[in-house]
Amino acid sequence: MTAPGTYTWQRFSARERMARFVVFFGFAVALSVSLRTVEVIPEFLWDSPTQIMDLLKRMWPLDYAYYPGGIHQALMETLHIASLGTLLALVLAIPVGVMGANNIVRVPLLNWLAKLILVSSRSVNTLVWALLFVAVFGPGALAGTVCIGFRSVGFVGKLFAEALEEADPGPIEALTAAGAPWTSIFLKGFWPQVAPAFWGIALFRWDINVRESAVIGLVGAGGIGMVLDTALNLFHWDRVSVILLSIFAVVIIAELLVTNIRKRII
Amino acid sequence: MTIEAYTKPDGQPERSLRLEHLVKEYTPGKPVLRDISFEVRGHSSVAIIGPSGTGKSTLIRCVNKLIRPTSGKIYVSGEEITRLSGRELRHARRKIGMVFQEFNLVERLSVMENVLCGRLGYVSSLRAWWRKYPPGDINKAFALLESIGLEDFVQQRADSLSGGQRQRVGIARAIMQEPHVLLADEPTSSLDPKTSVEIMELLVHLSAEHRIPLIINIHDVELAKRFTSRVIGISQGVIVYDGPPAELSNEHLKVIYGGEDWLR
Amino acid sequence: MIEANRIRYQKPFRVNWWGRLGWLAAILYGLYALNYLDVSWLRFIQGLGNGAVFLGEMVPMDFSRWELLVGNLLETVEIAVIASAFGVLFSLPVGLCAARNLMPSWVTWPARTFVALCRSFHPVIFAILFVKAVGFGPLAGILTLVFASIGFIGKLFAEAIEEISLKPVEALRAAGAPFLSVIIYAVVPQVLNRFIGFSSYQFDANLRNSTMVGIVGAGGIGGTLFAAFQRFDYDFLAAILVSIIGLVMLSEFISDRIKRVFQ
Repeated sequence: MTAPGTYTWQRFSARERMARFVVFFGFAVALSVSLRTVEVIPEFLWDSPTQIMDLLKRMWPLDYAYYPGGIHQALMETLHIASLGTLLALVLAIPVGVMGANNIVRVPLLNWLAKLILVSSRSVNTLVWALLFVAVFGPGALAGTVCIGFRSVGFVGKLFAEALEEADPGPIEALTAAGAPWTSIFLKGFWPQVAPAFWGIALFRWDINVRESAVIGLVGAGGIGMVLDTALNLFHWDRVSVILLSIFAVVIIAELLVTNIRKRII
Repeated sequence: MTIEAYTKPDGQPERSLRLEHLVKEYTPGKPVLRDISFEVRGHSSVAIIGPSGTGKSTLIRCVNKLIRPTSGKIYVSGEEITRLSGRELRHARRKIGMVFQEFNLVERLSVMENVLCGRLGYVSSLRAWWRKYPPGDINKAFALLESIGLEDFVQQRADSLSGGQRQRVGIARAIMQEPHVLLADEPTSSLDPKTSVEIMELLVHLSAEHRIPLIINIHDVELAKRFTSRVIGISQGVIVYDGPPAELSNEHLKVIYGGEDWLR
Repeated sequence: MIEANRIRYQKPFRVNWWGRLGWLAAILYGLYALNYLDVSWLRFIQGLGNGAVFLGEMVPMDFSRWELLVGNLLETVEIAVIASAFGVLFSLPVGLCAARNLMPSWVTWPARTFVALCRSFHPVIFAILFVKAVGFGPLAGILTLVFASIGFIGKLFAEAIEEISLKPVEALRAAGAPFLSVIIYAVVPQVLNRFIGFSSYQFDANLRNSTMVGIVGAGGIGGTLFAAFQRFDYDFLAAILVSIIGLVMLSEFISDRIKRVFQ
């Protein structure tokens, strides 16, 4: 047995420890600076339990009677915005996705252009897209649908392009060798391979879009969000709670639906 | 065996494992193990052989209560551990080292960290988190790694090692616990024949050097006969042979495994 | 001969009726929904005209109120930093409790319900409720994003833990390690990288979302953005949008570097 203290052991090398220290120190500084400078009024925080209780009291009892006349129509509109927006996104995402897949379109400039479209679609928030399209088309469902469509293109297009790039090149080589035209190669070579992934992505995005289309109405882009906005502005909290409950129900149903369909097609 | 063999040089009582009437049923009325009793003392090594699915693995895991036995008693160096739970069970488990078929290392941690895992039962979670082990533990780990020929791999990640090296680390981890009994569950099944022999040699050697009784689950009868001093044959949940390997005849093997064609 | 004839007359490709039916249904639905939403080609064309005017008014961008812009961006970053720190901190135990392979069902059930609740509402709705509860300002935004972070990281973290190998866990339990040590040694190393990945992704998401929660009054640059919209300050609006995109790209760059430290 060796004498004690002969060996020392440390988990990381000096450089690794330095890098970790810099990262943790950076986090700590950023957090403490943020906590010090952010304008939080502590009284508001201490007051919040009372406020929340007050809010809950105003929300209760729920004004169910408002549902048939005020909510149902808007809820259906929301679902249509989400579905139509998803369809629009699919129609737009197929060409952009194909353009972005570097095993189909072998022009780096076009690949790059597709990536640019996809990134800019994703990096602008849904609500900001909604604002833009409300300014363009005026308030209403049209702005909402186009907003959902544009926002979803980035998501669907990126995943679709990735699915295309992962496709097995064997059948495509065979079709190319047989002298098949470009459209046949795509329809009979690529499409059967990526179709399940494509529908899976579409369903997944539809689920997200149901959630998002429920709020874009807050800035005037149609659907249940507009009803919510009105109820909020008029302090009709008993109606707000019914609206929230119905959004919740629709979101849960959409999620269950998507989970079940996905299980069948994949 | 002489009288001196029963007490260690430093006057500590001899390390031992005793099972009394151990029974395990996964579903009531269908026992996997029925009435298993045996005792292992000192640095003797015992091989447990038997067909697959006969409960060898269950037996080993019952000893440290990774699987809860249905009835029967287990004594480690005279202390009954069957009734223990919570902290007491943890402390009892520190005295039982275990070596696994698939090594069960933490792949993403270094060799040293894996070996020090054997001390986790002794240090607080906070110290373990900051890797602040007592210097004695570190020294012991280095000495062990040197003795098994892994001193150059201290800072390497476990997933960069070969199978034999990983099993050595697994053994070192078990020895780090300073166990009163060492259990090995098919320690050579994931290894090639040459490495298997080396691992068996190492296990028997370390058991003798540290005076730890060794119990090995093994399906390779030749390896068992070559390295251990006693063989226990189990079939259908009961002990059908218990004796020195030299006396283990083909007749016995027929009883243990059934059939005879494979013996020719 | 009859056999051969039959083979010859079979179609070379099996017609995928379900696929065609699906496309047809999608097109029919699209037409129906367009009609339902009262969307017409005329409105669309009109809109394109408006869009051109709108884009025209955006250039040149107006950076003259840069002090306001920088101040708001800083507040946005602060909201994102604080929300991410607390969100990650809380989602660790929540995610651990929601992992069904380590925890008994009476622990996972409430944890999973909590995570599901955090996920089921859009952050903007949380923001509205928090604005009512704690007043206008960044605190509401922080609380919103903390809940959004728990919903996202908590779920993914629980799934990551459910995918780990349980072999090291068994080994450490056999060695008599206390529960916390088992977590630290056998679970954390297996999920740490993914957890850091989720966290840095969530930081980026929080940064993007913190530009949004301001629209309902929960602090950050969103409020200024919305005001610029309502006042038709489109040149200032363009400046804000460009700054937000720049900020998001910068943060993606930084989080990429940080991930490399922990590889």
